[in-house]
Amino acid sequence: MSYPTIGGPAAEKKNTNVAHDVCVQSQIDRRNTITSGHRACQGCGEALAARCVLDAAYSATNGNIVVVNATGCLEVFSCVYPENAWNIPWLHSLFANAPSVASGVAAAMHVSGKSTRVIAQGGDGATTDIGMGALSGMFDRNDDVLYVCYDNQAYMNTGVQRSSSTPPMARTATTFPVGSYLGNDAKSGKNLPEIAIAHNIPYVATASVAHVTDLEQKVMAAIHIRGARYIHVHVPCPLGWGIKTSETIKIARLAIDCGLFPLFEVVNGAMTTSFTIENLVPVEEYLKPQRRFAHLFGKNAVPDAIAHIQKLADENIKRYKLLGENAHE
Amino acid sequence: MNKNYPFATVLAATTSLRNKTGSWRTMCPHYVNLMPPCNAVCPAGENVQQWLSFAQKGHFRQAWNVIVQNNPFPAIMGRICYHTCEKVCNRLHLDEAVNINLLERAIGDIAISHGWKFESVIPATGKKVLIVGSGPSGLAASYFLRKLGHEVEIKEAHALVGGMMRYGVPRFRLPDSIIDAEIRRITDLGVKISCNSRVGNLKSEMNKFDAIYLSIGASKPTKPDVEVRPGSTIIDAVDLFKRLTNEQSHSSVELGKRVAVYGGGNTAIDAARMALRLGAEKVNIIYRRTLNSMPAHEMEIHEALSEGIKILCLRTIKSVDHKEILMEKMNYDEESGILTKSGEEETVTADSVIFAIGQFVDDSIIKNIDGIAMADGGIIGVNECMMTGARGIFAGGDAISAKRTATIAIAHGKKSAHYIDAYLSGKEVEQKQKPDIVNFKKLNTNYYPKIPRINLLPAASISLEERTVALTEKEIIVESSRCLSCGNCFHCYNCYGYCPENAIKKLPDGSLEVDLNYCKGCGICAVECPCGAIKMMQEK
Amino acid sequence: MKEKLGGIMLHQLEGSQAIAKVVAMCRPNLICAYPITPQTHIVEELGEIVRSGELQNCEYLNVESEMAALSATIGAQAAGIRSYTATSSQGLLHMAEAIYNASGLELPIVMTIGNRAIGSPLNIWNDHSDAMAVRDAGWIMLFAESNQEAVNLHIQAFRIAEMVKCPVMVCVDGFILTHAYERINIPDQKEVDEFLPAYEPHITMDTANPLSIGTMVPPEYFMEVRYIAHLRQQKSISIIEHVADKFADKFGGNSGGLFHKYNIQDAETIVVTMGSVAGTIRDVVDDINCESGNKFGVLTLISYRPFPQKEIREALKNAKKIVVVEKALAVGIGGILVQEIKLSLAGINVNITSVVAGLGGKPITRSMLYDCLLGSSHEETKFLGLNDDLVKKKCLFACDASVI
Repeated sequence: MSYPTIGGPAAEKKNTNVAHDVCVQSQIDRRNTITSGHRACQGCGEALAARCVLDAAYSATNGNIVVVNATGCLEVFSCVYPENAWNIPWLHSLFANAPSVASGVAAAMHVSGKSTRVIAQGGDGATTDIGMGALSGMFDRNDDVLYVCYDNQAYMNTGVQRSSSTPPMARTATTFPVGSYLGNDAKSGKNLPEIAIAHNIPYVATASVAHVTDLEQKVMAAIHIRGARYIHVHVPCPLGWGIKTSETIKIARLAIDCGLFPLFEVVNGAMTTSFTIENLVPVEEYLKPQRRFAHLFGKNAVPDAIAHIQKLADENIKRYKLLGENAHE
Repeated sequence: MNKNYPFATVLAATTSLRNKTGSWRTMCPHYVNLMPPCNAVCPAGENVQQWLSFAQKGHFRQAWNVIVQNNPFPAIMGRICYHTCEKVCNRLHLDEAVNINLLERAIGDIAISHGWKFESVIPATGKKVLIVGSGPSGLAASYFLRKLGHEVEIKEAHALVGGMMRYGVPRFRLPDSIIDAEIRRITDLGVKISCNSRVGNLKSEMNKFDAIYLSIGASKPTKPDVEVRPGSTIIDAVDLFKRLTNEQSHSSVELGKRVAVYGGGNTAIDAARMALRLGAEKVNIIYRRTLNSMPAHEMEIHEALSEGIKILCLRTIKSVDHKEILMEKMNYDEESGILTKSGEEETVTADSVIFAIGQFVDDSIIKNIDGIAMADGGIIGVNECMMTGARGIFAGGDAISAKRTATIAIAHGKKSAHYIDAYLSGKEVEQKQKPDIVNFKKLNTNYYPKIPRINLLPAASISLEERTVALTEKEIIVESSRCLSCGNCFHCYNCYGYCPENAIKKLPDGSLEVDLNYCKGCGICAVECPCGAIKMMQEK
Repeated sequence: MKEKLGGIMLHQLEGSQAIAKVVAMCRPNLICAYPITPQTHIVEELGEIVRSGELQNCEYLNVESEMAALSATIGAQAAGIRSYTATSSQGLLHMAEAIYNASGLELPIVMTIGNRAIGSPLNIWNDHSDAMAVRDAGWIMLFAESNQEAVNLHIQAFRIAEMVKCPVMVCVDGFILTHAYERINIPDQKEVDEFLPAYEPHITMDTANPLSIGTMVPPEYFMEVRYIAHLRQQKSISIIEHVADKFADKFGGNSGGLFHKYNIQDAETIVVTMGSVAGTIRDVVDDINCESGNKFGVLTLISYRPFPQKEIREALKNAKKIVVVEKALAVGIGGILVQEIKLSLAGINVNITSVVAGLGGKPITRSMLYDCLLGSSHEETKFLGLNDDLVKKKCLFACDASVI
C-alpha cells in the first residue's frame, strides 16, 4: 500500500463500520486539541500524533471527550502555567497513575449519566514501565477508557534514558555504548500491544504518526467501543533519536516499511494487518539515519547487530503478515 | 478565569497562543511553484501540470482554457504532437508516464463537441499584421496577435488552410474535421484568412501592414541523387499528401501493390502507412542509416512496423528502373556518425517509389527584400526576437528551423506574436525568470499509489479513417490524476496535517499559508510535501 | 443488634462496619477498594452496601493497588463526583505521590486511615506512623478517639473537604477501633442528607468549558501556590470548628472540632494526645486527680492538620507541665507531635515531656500511664513500656562508637 496524503481519500476500513471518507487532519474545522504555542521540540512526533488522535476522537464524538495525561514530555510541553495548549478538558495527575485516574473519570461519567468518552494517554515510560501495573488493572477491569501510548522508545523528558520500549542496541543516556557494550541489550523490551491483547480487551491496535489516516480510523473505531481499549502509536523523537527535525514522518514510515513497527488491529480478539508493505526496505535504511544507532555503522560496524535487528523485522513480517496474506516468506 | 478555580494548577483552554514559538525558527518554509519537467520541455510552453490539475477534478473547461493559453490547437496537437513531455515525466520512475498526449486530445475533442470558443480579444490597437502561410506557426501567431488586439490577416497560397497540418499529415492521423474546428475558432476571433492567395510581392505588402510574419514553411521537396530511368513511377511524399488532400479522393492516386519509400523521417513513415491504406500490399522503407538513428519518432516507427511495413536500413537508392530499384548497402558507425559505401549492391522491386528525404524553404518570396537573407542550412535567418534582417518582418516555423514539428511551429508563432506586439507597441517583451525544474529526487513518492496508465487500444484494422476512441470522463479524471503535480501544490494537505504546531493555516478557499507566529521551522512540511512545492529557506 | 436509647438509635457494630455505613450515607459516587489490614473491613462492608442497592449511583472499583485507589478517586473527583477510599500503613505510603497530588489539585476526597505501623519490620498493629509519614502532604487530618467519633467525623469530613476544597483523612486506630464492636449511634439518612448537601464541584471536566487541571508550575509561581494551600488550611480551622458546632446542633453529642478538652481548666499538668488512647488517659487522669489531688487535664487533638497552634497555646498556656503521649516516632529525634506542641508554646515557660507509646501495637496500660504521668519530667523522650533489658542486650554494642 502507498501512504495516503492527509487530504486524500481515507483508506477503506474493513473491520469496523466507522469509515470516514476524509481525514480529520485535512479539515479546516478540526479542533486543534493541542493548539499552537506549545513547547514541544521542533519536529516532535508525539505532539503531532496526540493532536491527530484527539482531533479524531473529538470529531467522532462531536467534542464529547475528556483526556487524562500521564507525566512526560507531552504534559510538560503542553501545559506550563500560564500557557495551556489544550483545547479539551484535560487532567494531569502523576507519572504512574494515568490509567487509574482515567478509570475514576470513566466511573464519574458513568454515574453522572454522561456519554462523554474518556481517553488516557502517556509516553512509553508511563505506559510500559512505571504505569504498567495501573494499565494492566484498567485492562483487567475492562474500564471504559481508551488508552493511547505515544511510543518514542525512551524517557525523553528526562534526557533520553532507556525504557522497556527502547529497541535493542539503541543508544540512550543509560545504555551508552562503550567498548564491547553495544547499547541496549539485544534481548530486551516489552511488546505492550501483545500484552494488551493478552488481557482480552475488546480493542487493541498499533498505529504510526506516519500514517495519519490509519491512526485516525483506529481512534474513531476505538472511541465508541465500551470497555478498555489500547492504541500504541509509534512517534519518532528527533532529539532523542538523533534525526533531522524534518524527518520525523520519514523515519516513522521507514520503521513501518522495514517491518520493525507492524501496523495491526485486534477487534474482539481477531487480528488484521492494517498496512501491507509495498516497498520493503532493509532495517539499515531505518537505522542508519538515526544517531542512536550510529555505533552500529561506520568504521566499527557491527554486522551481527544489524543482522539481529533484521531478524526481528523478519519475524514481524512473518508474524503479522506484513507483505500480505499470500506473500512468499 | 473564574477566581474560584485553584490558582495556577487549573488553566482555561488555549492560553498557550500567547507563546509565539515562531521565534525559535532558523529555517522557514515557503510555498513555491517550481517547473515540472513536462512544462519545461514543451516547445509550446504548455502548462501541462496545471491543465492536468483541472482535468483531474473534472473541470475540463478550465483545463482547456489553460491549454489554449499556449496552444490554440489541443485536439490537433493531441494527435500529432510528439509529446516530449512524456519522455521526461517524473512518473516514468514510478511506473509509466502520464498519457499527456491522449489527455490533450480528449480535452480538445470535448471542447469541439461542446463548441467552446476562445475568450474575446482586448480592445483594438489599430495595428495590422500580415501573416504569410497558414500552417501551425502562422495560425498560432495570428491567434496570439489577435488576442493582443491586433488586426490580423493570413494569406495562404494553397487552397486549404492549415499548412503542414493539412498537407503534411495523413488524414487517418488527423481528420479534416478536427483541423477545421480548431481553425474556425481562430477565424471566429476575427482573423481574416485568404486561401489561394500567394504573396508575390512582399514589398507592396509592407506598406499595407505594420508588421509581417513569414510562416511560409519548407514546402519544396528535396530531390535525391538517384538515377531515375524513364518508365519508373516516382512521386514525392509532399506531392502525394497534397494531391490526396486537395482532391479529397484517392482514386487518382495509383501506387500499385508494391511500394518503396525512400527516407527516414516522419514523412517517410506517414507516406509508407498511407501507401498501405491506398491498397499497397508490400511497403518497404529504404533508409541509409540504422533503425536507431532514424529521425522519425519512435512511436511512429513502432506503429509502421506493427502494420507490417518493412524497413530496409543501411541502404541508399542508386537508381530506379521501371520496377527495379538498385540499392547500395552502407556502413554506418552510430558513435561517430560516419556513413560509408560498401560497394555491395542489391535490388528490390516496387511498382512505385515515394521520395521522402526532406523539404527545403522556398526563398522566392524574400529574394528582393533588403536585409533578409537565408542562413546556413537553407533557413531564413532571424534574431532572438524572431525578426529577420528587415525591420518589421518576422519569421518562424519550419522556415527558420531545422527541427520541424508542429509543436515547435506553434512555439515560434507564440513567441513571434509577443515580439511583434512589443515591436508594434514599442514595449519590451517581459522576460520571466524560469523557476527550477523539479526532478524525481525532489519528490516524496510514498504518497503516490501505482495506477496503470490508460493507453489507446491498438487499431483493430488498418483504415483510412481515424481511430475513434474517446476516453470517458472518468478515464480522463483517472489518467490525469496520475500527474504527480511536480513542484506545484495540489492541496494534498500533508503540510497542514503534519505540522506539529498547527502553523499551516488552511484558508476558507482551501489554499495554505504558513503562520509565522508559530512555525518553529522543523521542516516536516517540506519533506512530506509529495511534489516538492515547499522549500525551506534560511530565516532572515 | 439495635437499641433505642433516648431518641437515638444504637447499633451493635464493628467500628469498620459503622464507618462503612456512615460513609455510604454520605452518598459517595465512587468507592475504591483495595485490601490492607486493618482497613479492609470498611471497604468490604461498603461493597455489600453498594451491591445490595442500599447505596445507589455509586461505582465500586476493585483496584490493583492503593496507588490506583487514590488515583481513581482523584480522577473521579476531578470529573465532578464525590469519591472515597480507605487504606492503612504500607498502603498509605504506596499512594504517597497521589496524596500530595490530590491536595495539590484541591480535590475534596475523603479517605479513612485505619492507622497501623509501618515496616520494616512488618507489623500490622496500630500506631500513628502511617499518618505521620504523610503529615505534610496538604491534607486535612482528623483523628477519631472513639468509633462514635469516627462515625461522626466522616460526615463532618465530607462537609469540611467540600467547603475548604481540600482532601480529608479520617484517622481511626487500627484494630482498637476498626475491629472493636460497640454500640454506636448511626444517624438517619435524612439527617445526613440535610447536613451534607449534594456535592457541587468547583472544578470539573466539562466539555462545554474545557479546563486543564494539573499544570506544571514554574519557580515564579510555585511558592505562591504552596502558600495559598497553607493559608487555606489555616483558614479551615474555623470551618472545622463551625462544622463541629453545626453537627452538634443537629445530631447532639460532642465530636469533631479542633480538640477535646478534659479538665484542663486550672490543670497544672495537661496530657496531650491523639486517637483512642485518650480514653485510657482520661481514666488514669481521673484516678490521679482523685487519689493524689493533683490537677491533671487532657487535651485530645482531633485536627492534627491544620494544626491549631493558637488555640492549643491558649488551651495550654497556664499549665505548668505538658506531657505529650503519642503513637509515633520520628527516628533520630523522638516524638513528632511534641515538637509541634513545643512550637505552639514557644516563649511560655512550661515543662514539656515527650512520651512515645504503643508503637506497632504495644499495649498501653493504665499502670504504665499512671507511673509515667506521675513520674519525674524527662529531658529525653520516654518510650512507654520499653523492655530496657532486651534493648541493652541486643542493641547497645551496635551503638557503641568504640567498635567502629
